[in-house]
Amino acid sequence: MLTLFYLLAAVSVIAALVVVAAKSPITSVIALIVCFLSIAGHYVLLNAQFLAMVHVIVYTGAILILMLFVIMLLNMNEEVEKRKPVLARISAVVTGGLLLLVLLAATRQGLNLSASGDLAGGTGLVKHIGTVLFREFLIPFELSSVLFLSAMAGAMMLAKKDGTEHINLPPSSEPDEA
Amino acid sequence: MEELMTAIRVVPMEHYFVLSFLLFSIGMAGALLRRNILIIIMCLELMLNSVNLLLVALSAWFGDAGGQVMVFFIMLVAAAEVTVGLAILVQLKRNAEGVDINQLNRLKW
Repeated sequence: MLTLFYLLAAVSVIAALVVVAAKSPITSVIALIVCFLSIAGHYVLLNAQFLAMVHVIVYTGAILILMLFVIMLLNMNEEVEKRKPVLARISAVVTGGLLLLVLLAATRQGLNLSASGDLAGGTGLVKHIGTVLFREFLIPFELSSVLFLSAMAGAMMLAKKDGTEHINLPPSSEPDEA
Repeated sequence: MEELMTAIRVVPMEHYFVLSFLLFSIGMAGALLRRNILIIIMCLELMLNSVNLLLVALSAWFGDAGGQVMVFFIMLVAAAEVTVGLAILVQLKRNAEGVDINQLNRLKW
């Protein structure tokens, strides 16, 4: 079990690094799919089977394929992304490292978690999750349908090709040389 | 089903913390590092998923299903957010000729 955890963790971290470092957006999306599948593997290891299924269906099946569609429809694969200046890149990496350091230091000795529930692992099964979802979280569950409806309407309104004038950026507005 | 056992009894809880923090930091660094808006959205998804992983691990640790329901709602909100974000991206690509985040610097004033 422990080796399986380490294997999945290594796959997740390496795939996340590939997402950040890859040149082409297609490579990034595929690495993100690998990363999310390994996270679904973590959910299976934690016996959260309902969430593992939902994660694979919603994230890998819907969201990332949608991103892949957008990349291919917009022909974003061929354009070369200009890089940020060296100072900005160094400071971004340093910021990530410092964030990791702070988070690790904050939880290094402050966590004396004692498991209060049963570790039998029945919490993630579909039956239990469904009971909790429809007993205690019924109102948020119904409200999320309203959220989806508004998101759908908003996306259709945003992506519609209208006949209004374009923004017309001046060509000198790229601050690359700074 | 009982022999498909939960890893929470074997793997120490700190391992899940470290893994989640690693993924979150990588996502944060990537969001600051890249200029393509699509990749920034992907890094945001990565950060959301690291938090989801920690919530599921803590939920299994405490035996409380509320954390997993919370993860379910986070997934719903992320789906809606990505839909609207990609629509904005398509419109940006169509009108502003690019998906470079630096072209949006006129939003600063």
